[in-house]
Amino acid sequence: MAQVLVSMQHITKRFGDFYANQDVNLSVHAGEVLALLGENGAGKSTLMSILSGLRQPTSGTLMIKGQPVSFRSPRDATLAGIGMVHQHFMLVQAFTGLENVLLGDELVHHGVLAEKRAQTRIQALADTYHLNVNLNQRVAEMSVGMQQRLEILKTLYRNADIVILDEPTAVLTPQEITSLMEIIHQLTQEGKAVIFISHKLSEIKAIADQCVVIRHGQVIQTLAVNTTDESTLADLMVGRHVSRSLAKPAPQLGTVSLALRHLSVKDHRGIERVHQLDLDVSEGEIVGVAGIDGNGQSELLSALTGMLPASADQFTLNGQDMRHRSPRQFTQQGQAYIPEDRQTVGLILPFTLAENLMGQGFMAAQNYRFGLLNYPLIRAKARQLIQKFDIRTVSEQVPAASLSGGNQQKLIIARELSRHPNLLIAANPTRGLDVGAIEYVHQSILDQRNQGKAVLLVSFELDEILQLADRIVVMHDGEIIGAANPAKITRQELGLLMAGSPVERPEAQSYVTVSERSPRSK
Amino acid sequence: MKTARLWNIWIPTFAILAGLLIGAFIMVIFGYNPVDNYLSMFQGAFGDINSWGATLSDMTPLIFTALGFSIADSAGFFNIGSPGQALVGWLAAVWFALANSSLPGWLLIPGALLMGGVAGALLSGLAGVLRAYFGTNEVISTIMLNYVALYVVNYLVQTQLAIHHNDYSKTIPAAARLRTPFLEQLTRNSTFSYGFFMALAAAIIIFIVMRFSRIGFEIRAVGLNPTGAAYLGINSKAVIIRSMALSGFLSGLGGAINGLGNYENITVSSALPTIGFNGMAVSLLAGGNPLGILPAALLFSGLSIGGLNMSVVSNTPPEIVNVIIPTIIFFVGCNYAIRYLLNHQIWRKRAADHPAEAAQTTTFKREVD
Amino acid sequence: MSTIILLMTIVSTTLIYAAPLMFAALGGTFSERGGIVNVGLEGIMVVGAFSGAVFNLSFAKVLGPNALWLAILVGGLAGGGFSLLHAVATINFRSDHIISGTVLNMLAPALCIFLTRVLYNQGQTPSLSVSLGTTTVPGLSQLPVLGPVFFTKTSPSGYFAIGVGILCWLLLYRTRFGLRLRSVGENPEAAATLGINVVALRYSGVILSGLLGGMGGAIMAESITLNFSATTIVGQGFMALAVMIFGKWNPLGAIGASLFFGLAQSLAIVGDYIPVLSHLNQVWFQIAPYLITLVVLVLFFGQSTAPAADGSTYIKSK
Repeated sequence: MAQVLVSMQHITKRFGDFYANQDVNLSVHAGEVLALLGENGAGKSTLMSILSGLRQPTSGTLMIKGQPVSFRSPRDATLAGIGMVHQHFMLVQAFTGLENVLLGDELVHHGVLAEKRAQTRIQALADTYHLNVNLNQRVAEMSVGMQQRLEILKTLYRNADIVILDEPTAVLTPQEITSLMEIIHQLTQEGKAVIFISHKLSEIKAIADQCVVIRHGQVIQTLAVNTTDESTLADLMVGRHVSRSLAKPAPQLGTVSLALRHLSVKDHRGIERVHQLDLDVSEGEIVGVAGIDGNGQSELLSALTGMLPASADQFTLNGQDMRHRSPRQFTQQGQAYIPEDRQTVGLILPFTLAENLMGQGFMAAQNYRFGLLNYPLIRAKARQLIQKFDIRTVSEQVPAASLSGGNQQKLIIARELSRHPNLLIAANPTRGLDVGAIEYVHQSILDQRNQGKAVLLVSFELDEILQLADRIVVMHDGEIIGAANPAKITRQELGLLMAGSPVERPEAQSYVTVSERSPRSK
Repeated sequence: MKTARLWNIWIPTFAILAGLLIGAFIMVIFGYNPVDNYLSMFQGAFGDINSWGATLSDMTPLIFTALGFSIADSAGFFNIGSPGQALVGWLAAVWFALANSSLPGWLLIPGALLMGGVAGALLSGLAGVLRAYFGTNEVISTIMLNYVALYVVNYLVQTQLAIHHNDYSKTIPAAARLRTPFLEQLTRNSTFSYGFFMALAAAIIIFIVMRFSRIGFEIRAVGLNPTGAAYLGINSKAVIIRSMALSGFLSGLGGAINGLGNYENITVSSALPTIGFNGMAVSLLAGGNPLGILPAALLFSGLSIGGLNMSVVSNTPPEIVNVIIPTIIFFVGCNYAIRYLLNHQIWRKRAADHPAEAAQTTTFKREVD
Repeated sequence: MSTIILLMTIVSTTLIYAAPLMFAALGGTFSERGGIVNVGLEGIMVVGAFSGAVFNLSFAKVLGPNALWLAILVGGLAGGGFSLLHAVATINFRSDHIISGTVLNMLAPALCIFLTRVLYNQGQTPSLSVSLGTTTVPGLSQLPVLGPVFFTKTSPSGYFAIGVGILCWLLLYRTRFGLRLRSVGENPEAAATLGINVVALRYSGVILSGLLGGMGGAIMAESITLNFSATTIVGQGFMALAVMIFGKWNPLGAIGASLFFGLAQSLAIVGDYIPVLSHLNQVWFQIAPYLITLVVLVLFFGQSTAPAADGSTYIKSK
């Protein structure tokens, strides 16, 4: 057996009376990929922040290469050979790749930064591990994949023996994931250990040797990956049997609710991010927009909610022209929106639940008495919604900030659906939620469609799109480059489409209702 | 919620005590007797009906500038421009009164006050427009407008309002006065005026507007989360401009009342009027609460008026008061440290009975995973 | 007035007025590059002007002209000490940066006038007996055209400020300290994971701003107002903030921008000798620097970007 690089023994981390980790034991060997599997909030990230020196354990022992250690800071962990690639990259956007690698371990000659010498050395290191990174580019201008390779390069520059990757595939295309897998392979070949944090079972199956399943801060089981199947892993992760499909009757299509022809959107800097896009959403169907983050989805959503101006030959909602309309007019036209970012777009966190549930209702005369807001009435309405949508809270008078992520999402859903919309737009509605909350959100969306409402679902989660959508369109570089039938297309084909390559199999694309797609005029 | 309200009392109280303590410390260092000084300060501010008149009269414009600052602050804007807005309001009100001296008082006073408010609103509204349409940082733009206002007002006083080559205007006509013989008699010739009652009314009105009206809801929403507010259908540009204009209107009104009530003319000044920055300090001490502004303004005007008496009695430089005021604001700004300090005291006491609960109050629980 | 003499006057007054701004703007640059917004520069300059003036008055007899440069240093040290208040408030006590800076601006004049009364029994100091004045550089002043315009009866403080500005640029962009300081102003969490001491760096940024701002204040007192009173510093600290923004948070930019602002102020003085400007009322010259600042901000603020974490509070995770 190879050398034991990391050994965590009886690690416990307590915040107040909440146990983020309780009596955790795990060990990692040289040349091994260890997967850490668990839901959001299971305690994976806390555990890794202890290993990387960001947090100190409440109790327990940490051994690195057989020596007990006590990290006071990330620096101590780095010196012990631990390299962490955080899910939200720890990069300075305004710096070049080189500056980011050097920062904290600079090469200095007579008090002046020796950038030339450093560049040669770091480039050589990158070449050894086949890490394609442009060291002279500013991080702000790098692709997400390159930023991740830069993070890995940072750990290697600091001689890491153990590389921790926190949810590394969340932001990557299937093709970028493949190349990450190759890099991980390269690392283990060189005798390094990799800890791979994920809740994606297929990836764990593909890359990991051992898998540690964590639930409620405790290690449920440690198992060899090649002798375990995905559904066993899923059941262990969630703690009960998971049915991975939703009951879904056939769609009953009504009239077209949202119709877009040649819609173009410019972002705040004036750069066109959506080009000549055509899309229809009919009553009674869920249209899923798949695509990798940053391909114009957020600009499309901003335009569809009136937050960004758009130009179009046609942009109608229930037959009404919606060009150059404000968010208020979209609301009045019966559109509801579950935004991706519930904390900055969806809610005003310091406002009470009652005020948030009133939401757009601040414009409605019925909420006023003698020209002033009628708080007794607003609170009574809020109490009804809290009960109906099962929002867990002590009262309607506490700030929305005091709720958990899942309950904040329920708050938004309650507000938006209580307006009886005829078009629901949902953007990554389950991001960061636990399994129970995800089921709730999915069921709410499906209920809308079953009631004959039109639904547009924009998501980066392929599984979500494949499960919910009646029809898939794929966005790439601001355009819809293909449509797909969720029942017929494979994940791999969808991945290729998302990366911008066409799919050869015609039957996978058979479900195209966008009529007369005209070629782009440009 | 209850504890949050409690903090709104605790923090200013602690800050005031700390400010007074540091003021005393400085006095001791330079050989002045702090106990005597604070006593003569109190005597000077609240000792008799005349000093009450002076103190209440001094706090009147402060209430307005503080209300003005608090409104912009609620919308997320740091309106440092209230000195300039108060100054142009002062000029406009005095000018209107002098130019229309034949009008009866019931027309002249509202007219002059309105002109003062509008002048302030125009100046701050400009900063609002620049913020809304060009993204210009309001902190810098209002500071610059302060100095533009100072020099332009001085120029106008000298060239338009002063007689011969004086540095001050004529005194306003009697019909425009906010002081009356009755009030002067009551407070034994202080500058106490009807402006004080207007300030009280303004504080109550602004309280209701901010808490219960639609514009108040919009302003608070934009201040707390501009993106979320935009999605709710609030036009944030309009709210920026409206809240800035309203803020300047109140500051301008403060200047106008200072002109019509306290000074009854306008003079060339070498520096911006102190009611501006002190109003800001009042609002910060009150945590932006329109009703809290009333006691906060009383404290600061008491310090100022009392400070004058102190320097007469003991020869202590009156500037010590202007050291104490920012020191208090320093501690208000550092409220995190105060919470931490007091929490630790409470924590120690409570830990014995309810360990879990006590731990929760001190740990800022961030997202765990 | 001949063109050469006019140019000489414009150049030297520009440099005289630019020097205090340049120092304060360089100070602001260090503070904000480290992530701490410093609107308290005005107050810091007041403290620097006061302590510089007091030192000058106390030691001019003993030290002669040497007192001038030592007074600048003393002003800097006093400014650095005063800025600690801002550092403690914003870095340790999580105060809002604008509120804390405003406290500095309100506190400094009160404290300094209080001390002036204690020391001199009046609201302002007596006039300084030695001042920075103008210098003619031997050798260089003999050059044709350039000699008289740039090196005759010119401002030593202006050239000193430019030299310091270039050193500041080297410090910020060519050294380990500079790289680390900029990193904590852009992404303190990332810097912390690399073992960088965010708190210490932010402290050094603020203290440098106090040091440079205080020096700027002392230069103001020693070269322009020639005493200390409530009107020694009226808005220069705020103008320095604008200079810093106009200079895109870069020391070289700050040099250029403060020369531009210095020129605007110099025209108020030499304007009478320039035919087009001599008809203008004095009020235009008084408000010009502020109006120009405003116009510049409106036109450039959108394009120049502040350090990403400027004005943010860094909270260390437990």
